[in-house]
Amino acid sequence: MKGMKKYYTQKIMWYLLTLVFAVLLNFILPRLMPGDPVSTIASKSVEGMTDATAIQKVYEDYAAKFGINKPMYVQFFTWVKNALRGDFGISFSQYPRTVSDIISSSVLWTICLQLPAIIVGWILGNLLGAIAAYMKGVFDKAILPAFLFISNVPAFGMATVLLFVFSLKLHIAPAAGGYASSMIPHMSLAFMKSVLSHYQLPFWSIVIITIGGQAIGMRSMSIYELNADYVKYSRFLGIKDHTIVKYVFRNAMLPQITGLAMSLGTMIGGNLVAEMVFSYPGLGTTMLSAVTGQDYPLLSACTLIITIMVLLANLLVELLYAVIDPRVKASQQD
Amino acid sequence: MKNTIKQIFHSGKFVTGFVIFLAILLTIIIYPLVVAKDPLAMIGNGNFFKPGTYLSIQDTVNSGKTYKMNVDATASIVESKLTMDNRSMMAEWLEKYGGVDASEIDVTDAEGLIALWEEKYDPNAEQKGLIAAKKKKYQRLDNEIDGILEDVPTIIAEKNEETGELEEVQSIDSKQYINEKDVINRQNFVLGTDNFGRDVLTELISATGSSLKIGLVAGIIATVIGLFLGLLAGYLGGFVDNLILFFTNLFTVIPSFVLLILISYSVGESQRGIMMVALLIGITAWPWTTRSVRSQVISLRNRDHVNLSKLSGHSMLRIVLTDILPYVASYVVMAFILQISSGILAEAQLSMIGLGPATTKTATLGLMMQWATQYNAHLNGAWWAYFPVILVIALISFSLNLMNTGLDQVFNPQLRD
Repeated sequence: MKGMKKYYTQKIMWYLLTLVFAVLLNFILPRLMPGDPVSTIASKSVEGMTDATAIQKVYEDYAAKFGINKPMYVQFFTWVKNALRGDFGISFSQYPRTVSDIISSSVLWTICLQLPAIIVGWILGNLLGAIAAYMKGVFDKAILPAFLFISNVPAFGMATVLLFVFSLKLHIAPAAGGYASSMIPHMSLAFMKSVLSHYQLPFWSIVIITIGGQAIGMRSMSIYELNADYVKYSRFLGIKDHTIVKYVFRNAMLPQITGLAMSLGTMIGGNLVAEMVFSYPGLGTTMLSAVTGQDYPLLSACTLIITIMVLLANLLVELLYAVIDPRVKASQQD
Repeated sequence: MKNTIKQIFHSGKFVTGFVIFLAILLTIIIYPLVVAKDPLAMIGNGNFFKPGTYLSIQDTVNSGKTYKMNVDATASIVESKLTMDNRSMMAEWLEKYGGVDASEIDVTDAEGLIALWEEKYDPNAEQKGLIAAKKKKYQRLDNEIDGILEDVPTIIAEKNEETGELEEVQSIDSKQYINEKDVINRQNFVLGTDNFGRDVLTELISATGSSLKIGLVAGIIATVIGLFLGLLAGYLGGFVDNLILFFTNLFTVIPSFVLLILISYSVGESQRGIMMVALLIGITAWPWTTRSVRSQVISLRNRDHVNLSKLSGHSMLRIVLTDILPYVASYVVMAFILQISSGILAEAQLSMIGLGPATTKTATLGLMMQWATQYNAHLNGAWWAYFPVILVIALISFSLNLMNTGLDQVFNPQLRD
């Protein structure tokens, strides 16, 4: 148990370090931009003003407000201090609203959409991949090319296809938004029903894409394991087939879990773009409005939240991995 | 070398992918030679024209030779002119006041419906519970139907210069036809037009070209950086390895999508050309290549032939180039292929957020997607503006991935099924 503790602390320390770097990048990158972001904002509000001293005053006001008249490291620590308190400043494009207010309302939508969708897609994909490897024959021959193709359709592409077929042609599901536009979010049966009906299409488009990629990986891993020496040896020993299958799939599963951890960032990024297609009220749509509205505080808060979400999900997968893979346990024992 | 290539082309997957990719490539090269249109010329005045051939109406009228045909056109005219709303209105009246049984009414059969209507409808019949406005509405509907049924010729008139009166020049009835080939002015939009009125097909092909260019440049940059760092880390080991590995792990965990957004935003719109976007994608995509090259080099580092070279006093550069690089070449090629496809996808996603190439001079697949979604093509049912784009993106990445899997199976015999 002592070994596992060491493993866990090591992993958590490493992710904390990564987080520090991510935060640093999030702070530095936008500030490398030619000209400072504040002057662009200030220039918007002085539009039409003619008095030079008044313009100067506005610039100075803005500079003081955003603290850019202080040295860089002071700015960084103020920024981190504020961010830790959940204060990301005020949004430019939706003016009186604070960034944290906008973000907190959209984060939940994204998590509730992506987390279940990725998990369901991953489980279904692995099941189908394993079945394809085990059954071989027609099922495998039919399913493999289909999934190979699906896994190469970008998430936003699948989103538009589903939108066109199920919403515009068959009128089964609503086309856009997270709930009926006539409603105000509150806890009621009618609202929940509306949320659910808007949930289907974004959910399935993510699930289908995830299934495609996972099934192919699982299939080739399973085939690789099915041909391994220990399988032949087990057969010699007369171990029952379903016991062997259990061994094989457990072994084939492990790289799939690491694969999930590695590709999580790319996956979530792609899914955010799919959200935009449905104008789903999550982070993807918020990010789009931040870019179109030139709302830099909102954008950088979005990217920070997404990074933290990906890091957390990654950490979770790696911690789970240690529980599932006995080799990690063994390597930490000595 | 020759043998390897032969082996590669024996792999069904590789060949399928290669053929698809080659077909796309050839289309990009040949199409502009055949159709010399400016891909971004705004031909249509208005957005999202349906796919099809568009004939000039004036030319159609003035085309000269006309042909008489003994075809009864009324059926198809009635079918297309009688709207669904009108049909259900007719059905409603017939059922309520015409005394017709609901099972006898078939709204999909326009001619039968009209025959029934002509037989039963009487404006003076007693229509209980019907307000006057509704009664008038049915009378108007009746007039409309009469208009559809009557074969009134369309009259073309010209204004007399002197008197200012209209004089009949030509009278066209429903049996008159012209040959499509006699119409000089026509526009053929196989895939319709986009929101700016541009021919989607021509635009798509030029966009595929620029997207491939972006993918290629991004792939080359990512592969060069990844290869360099991977060789360095794997061969030198020690502190350099730890340092490079640290950054590689760092950038695999921090989503490159996020980095790309931040950098693209910082670069600013004025700087963000096609090549700039390719460069940005390239410098955020290297960690994958570094990882696989590094692990390969580590397994090679202590092989006998490498040690022999070391003992012979060969320089590090020579050892890396002659004793290590050839062994990792296959991995590098495979990683490069994947980098191209993920580069194209990255550009598309970046553009959809609005951080893609800020240009109006060239189209890319991502920009086409962005324009289509911005102008709500997907909500207006203008499928031709985005389906072909999605299909091309999927096909490119499908073909490249197939090629990659094929190569993988050739170089790693364990993976062969």
